[in-house]
Amino acid sequence: MELLTASNIIFFILAAAIILFGILTVTSKKVLRAATSLFFVLFCIAGLYLQMNYQFLAAVQLSVYAGGIVVLFVFAILLIKNLGEETEQLCGAKRALGIITALTGLVISLITIYKYGFHTDSDRCNDIAAIIDMNEIGQTLMGTEKFQYILPFEAASVLLLACIVGSIVIAQNHKEEKK
Amino acid sequence: MLELDKLVNLIHEGLTSAMPEMAWLVSLIEYVLIGVAFLAVYCVLALVLIYVERKVCAFFQCRIGPNRVGPFGIFQSIADMVKILLKEIIAISKTDNVLFKLAPFIVLAGSLCTFGALPFGKGLQGIDFNVGVFYLLAVSSLGVVGILLAGWASNNKYTLIGAMRSGAQLVSYELSAGISILTMVILAGSMQLSTIVEKQADAWFIFQAPLPAFIAFVIYLIAGHAETNRGPFDLPEAESELTAGYHTEYSGIQFGFFYLAEYLNMFIIAGIATTIFLGGWQPFHINAEWASGFNSIMDYIPSWLWFFAKVFALVFLSLWVRWSFPRLRIDQLLKLEWKILMPISLVNMLIMAVWVLIF
Repeated sequence: MELLTASNIIFFILAAAIILFGILTVTSKKVLRAATSLFFVLFCIAGLYLQMNYQFLAAVQLSVYAGGIVVLFVFAILLIKNLGEETEQLCGAKRALGIITALTGLVISLITIYKYGFHTDSDRCNDIAAIIDMNEIGQTLMGTEKFQYILPFEAASVLLLACIVGSIVIAQNHKEEKK
Repeated sequence: MLELDKLVNLIHEGLTSAMPEMAWLVSLIEYVLIGVAFLAVYCVLALVLIYVERKVCAFFQCRIGPNRVGPFGIFQSIADMVKILLKEIIAISKTDNVLFKLAPFIVLAGSLCTFGALPFGKGLQGIDFNVGVFYLLAVSSLGVVGILLAGWASNNKYTLIGAMRSGAQLVSYELSAGISILTMVILAGSMQLSTIVEKQADAWFIFQAPLPAFIAFVIYLIAGHAETNRGPFDLPEAESELTAGYHTEYSGIQFGFFYLAEYLNMFIIAGIATTIFLGGWQPFHINAEWASGFNSIMDYIPSWLWFFAKVFALVFLSLWVRWSFPRLRIDQLLKLEWKILMPISLVNMLIMAVWVLIF
């Protein structure tokens, strides 16, 4: 397999950016900088999806994660007091738990990566998935047959509705206490 | 296809024959060239738009507007560009330096990503995604991150309030803009921008389904206008309350970036509205037997001219609104979106679905 192709170069740039900003996300001591780094990680992952021709997934990644969730994060962070100060170092039991969680995550990821049968023959490595038609995604999402997802889709919408009602209730209570 | 095809092929063949061994370098050079071309068009359009805005605004206020630099002052914005490029970028202490410098780039990148996917003419489209409309909605929502960061990193209460207002405004108006676009996707049956434009060859979408399409068009124009943070929705930079909102502390070319993105966002909103409602680069056709002569005369006007003419008509509309209406209050602004535009656009989507089923 030829190493120097345009798509490989773009992949390496994206991968380097993802790793760099991923590390910055967890090491940065200022919350808002961490959120910004996370924004770039999500943005670059959308780039990877585009490279694999998953255009729908890339657009979802951009609108839901980069444009939606990070904006919510930033909004929430802007409402915190003492924003400019650096975050405290965790200590004691919390620190130990954090380390254990991080190590577990690492081990699980490594096991998954090593167990996965990557194609090593060069032809299949260069294969790019065919562009999936939007119509097909829509039919699959809203269909009732086998391997179609109407039930989870509806369940998710009920869950979201419950979340919205819940958040309104919380906001209302807060208002009354003030009075 | 436009004449640009020949130029593109010439460049491609020239590069390939010069470096037959290094296909990757050819692709990289071509990517960079496309990026530079888009940036150049982006900046030139901004200059034109700034001139148009100043002239139109002057006429609305019974003034003459720029008239010293060149005939009718047409070189005024070039002189302004040189000035802004030469200006000092003032370093401000006690700001979050990294985020402060990063924010203008995020705003600019978000709007440039949207700009790149617009179909400017027949065969004149940078990239034609399968999920085109969705992509446009997705990348146009990136700019708000830059605005929020700019507001916070400046470490100033005016900028922070401006950024929060801007965030609230963008996030809420994106909903009705998105729903009105989805309404048109129901009619088009596709999200690919080239397909959407092709389907309007006989009649533009606004004439194909007059009632729901017109409602969606008006809602999209209002919501899109609000997304550009321009009057009467200019609360984020309300000069009488917040100095200049989120970009108060910026100077020189850093301010220039925000300015550029604001003007181009106006163009992009008009461009999306043109593509989805007014037939994109398709000429005006009357779908009838007797009108074939008229139709072929319309075909002689080049496609890119149609696109830019429609876009500039919509831009003029947006300037008209900007200089005619007083600024809304924040509660009026949110009420307009959540209590008026959102329900109307949801009902409108239903009407469109029924319309498509019946006709």
